[in-house]
Amino acid sequence: MFRNNYDNDSVTYSPTGRLFQVEYALEAIKQGSAAVGLASKTHVVLVGLKRNAEELGSYQKKLIKIDDHMGVALAGLAPDARVLSNFLRKQAMNSKMVFNRPLSVSKAVYSIADKAQQNTQSYGSRPYGVGLLVSGYDDTGAHLYEFQPSGSVLEYYGASIGARSQAARTYLERNLEKIRDCETPEELIVHGLNALRDTLSQDVELTFKNTSVSIVGKDTKFTTYDDEDVQQWLDKLDSVTNSTHRDEDDDEEAGDNAEDQDVTEDRMETDE
Amino acid sequence: MVTVRSESNLKNATMNHDPFAWGRPDDNVYGKYNQSIAQAKNNELDAFPKMHTQQPIITGTSVLGIKYKNGIIMAADNIGSYGSLLRFSNIERIIKVGSETVVGVSGDISDFQQLERILEELVISEENYDNQGENNLRAPHVHEYLTRVLYNRRNKMNPLWNSIIVGGFDNDKTPFLKYIDLLGVTYGSSTLATGFGSYLAIPLLRKLIPDDKDYSNIEEEDAKKVIQECMRVLFYRDARSGEKFTLVTVNDEGVKFEKDVEVTGQSWEFAKNLVGYGSKQL
Amino acid sequence: MNSTVASEYSSEIHTTPIEHRFNPYSDNGGTVLGIAGKDFAVLAGDTRQVEGYSINSRYEQKIFNVGDDIVMTANGFAADGSALIDRFRNQLKWYKFDHNNKKLSVASSARYIRHLLYSKRFFPYYVSTLIAGLDDEGKGCVYSFDPVGSYEREQCRAGGAAASLIMPFLDNQVNFKNQYQPGSDGTEKKPLRYLELDEVLELVKDAFSSATERHIQVGDGLEIFIVTKEGVRTEYYPLKRD
Repeated sequence: MFRNNYDNDSVTYSPTGRLFQVEYALEAIKQGSAAVGLASKTHVVLVGLKRNAEELGSYQKKLIKIDDHMGVALAGLAPDARVLSNFLRKQAMNSKMVFNRPLSVSKAVYSIADKAQQNTQSYGSRPYGVGLLVSGYDDTGAHLYEFQPSGSVLEYYGASIGARSQAARTYLERNLEKIRDCETPEELIVHGLNALRDTLSQDVELTFKNTSVSIVGKDTKFTTYDDEDVQQWLDKLDSVTNSTHRDEDDDEEAGDNAEDQDVTEDRMETDE
Repeated sequence: MVTVRSESNLKNATMNHDPFAWGRPDDNVYGKYNQSIAQAKNNELDAFPKMHTQQPIITGTSVLGIKYKNGIIMAADNIGSYGSLLRFSNIERIIKVGSETVVGVSGDISDFQQLERILEELVISEENYDNQGENNLRAPHVHEYLTRVLYNRRNKMNPLWNSIIVGGFDNDKTPFLKYIDLLGVTYGSSTLATGFGSYLAIPLLRKLIPDDKDYSNIEEEDAKKVIQECMRVLFYRDARSGEKFTLVTVNDEGVKFEKDVEVTGQSWEFAKNLVGYGSKQL
Repeated sequence: MNSTVASEYSSEIHTTPIEHRFNPYSDNGGTVLGIAGKDFAVLAGDTRQVEGYSINSRYEQKIFNVGDDIVMTANGFAADGSALIDRFRNQLKWYKFDHNNKKLSVASSARYIRHLLYSKRFFPYYVSTLIAGLDDEGKGCVYSFDPVGSYEREQCRAGGAAASLIMPFLDNQVNFKNQYQPGSDGTEKKPLRYLELDEVLELVKDAFSSATERHIQVGDGLEIFIVTKEGVRTEYYPLKRD
């Protein structure tokens, strides 16, 4: 059986120049349920699909408030996200306390990226197993960033992470113009939920139990909507099921299969 | 080997009951305790008083600040005094921090230079993370930061011996003027002055702007005129002040430094009438 | 063996060097006052800040809405006052992060502020602290603290420079001390009752205008924070500036 000799730690390169431990960490994100983020010129919306381990269990939180002007969505290992968001909260509070100004979104996301990068370069440490979408509004406007455990940070108008997120990305790409020109936060949320529902598998639909919505932007403090509060947004959708399944013409998310090509042989079900 | 002693004997004979050496082995029983063992110190006279106390050495006198409708004006002279000796005459006590903020410092000059380094570091770290290329470091942020620095130092009983005025623009682009001192006390007003200026200059400045909100009616030239008048009065009566000063204007056009401005319109007419020590008129 | 209990301070130092110590405190004057009503509470304070005989500022905010419809002030040494309030605000924020946005009661706030104050028992925050809000039953409440954290819930309390001028007035006008039923010949006390908001506001204005007359550190402006079930609102009245 094939055995990979270059994935024992995160400080050893493979002969082809890859860091397998870091790549595995990126895989952990894909095991998590999807989160979608999208930005108009004034607002940023995050939506997430929550999962529960079992029927009687509670749902894992997908959206975390950092400050009045910032919040994150996570996919992957939720405990890691909690550590990172706690760090961000401290940074945000420190900025208020010491400088009397809200932490800028780019500064925030780079501060956790630097933390994550250190883990990719020190022996015996494990890279964070979580991806974050960071939404925020500051002096320089509305921003959406994607954070990865590799320490990479990119700014987006629309982004999605987690299981079957390619489908959401496709939706965002097709509707980019409309999204950028959204006048009201409501429209933006509807686009977000449209994108999110495309990540659903056949037997699942968006319900107020499994859907989380957040918004932040100009004159809008970071607000999350969960449970009963999310129904008002679901009511604005034409359907709560995946459009590709409705259309029945099955090109079964080519992209989604591609991302399932796993470097690991035995993939563990990471239950956030 | 165990020596058994009666309890009362043990209590009275072995312990020192002097309130200042309570619980120590009694010298009469055990001999004098050797204080040099393990640097143990009992007698406070052995030790030199702990040095946390300090006083300013080279000092700068008053800084003045005033708001007007388009911004702020700040002034400070260039003297560095060593006690009552006017030791230096080329000290620049108003510094620019970021692109639209000025900080004027009175009090200890070496502490001021330390603050200068701290602020320089702040500006550099600000640029490090500044990806948008926008400058977000404005006067209220510099003010809050300096407040934390000074208050933390006073908490350590090791203050930075300064009074500071921060001038620039607030988040909503209105003029910003606030004060901080070595205790961490802060306040804002349309007219501010540190040191001697708080007695001599404030009344003159408040004559121009009686109510804080009235700064919005004040023209630049009027504000400048009253600042110059204050600098003259301070030169007359503050023995640690100098004739040359720096005048800084911050407005929507940016930060303008006017250096080596001289106190004008002096009148020493009254001097010839001064005889002896009293204010007796001839 | 002639060991006895030492009765004299044999090792007391008589030749202490004179040390000019840095004094980490100052007094920034000002006065504050809180009154609780049936379904409201007010916290009021003047807006002057002083140092020595100089007026630093005629308007420096010192009463704050710290969140969850709790208003707070810490009067005395201004730097300690704002440090205390900032610390409490931050803790309140963490409390909400940690407890799923739960509302912090005024009673819990008070208990927490005790710990903030007592944690600096040997280098105290030199302030009289007051908080006001509505209790769990919706009744107005005021909590007052000494500089090291001793606290109690009260119907009213004045703090700061003119506390000793205002407090007896409040005792008489809010708690009806030394007031008796007319005609009872000083045998029957005037029964206690809750004051209405407009009565309380008049008392506050009288208290501050009188304190302004008699105390040099009080004046310039009066800011009143009013907490009702609708939320927090503020009112401002000018005071004499001399």
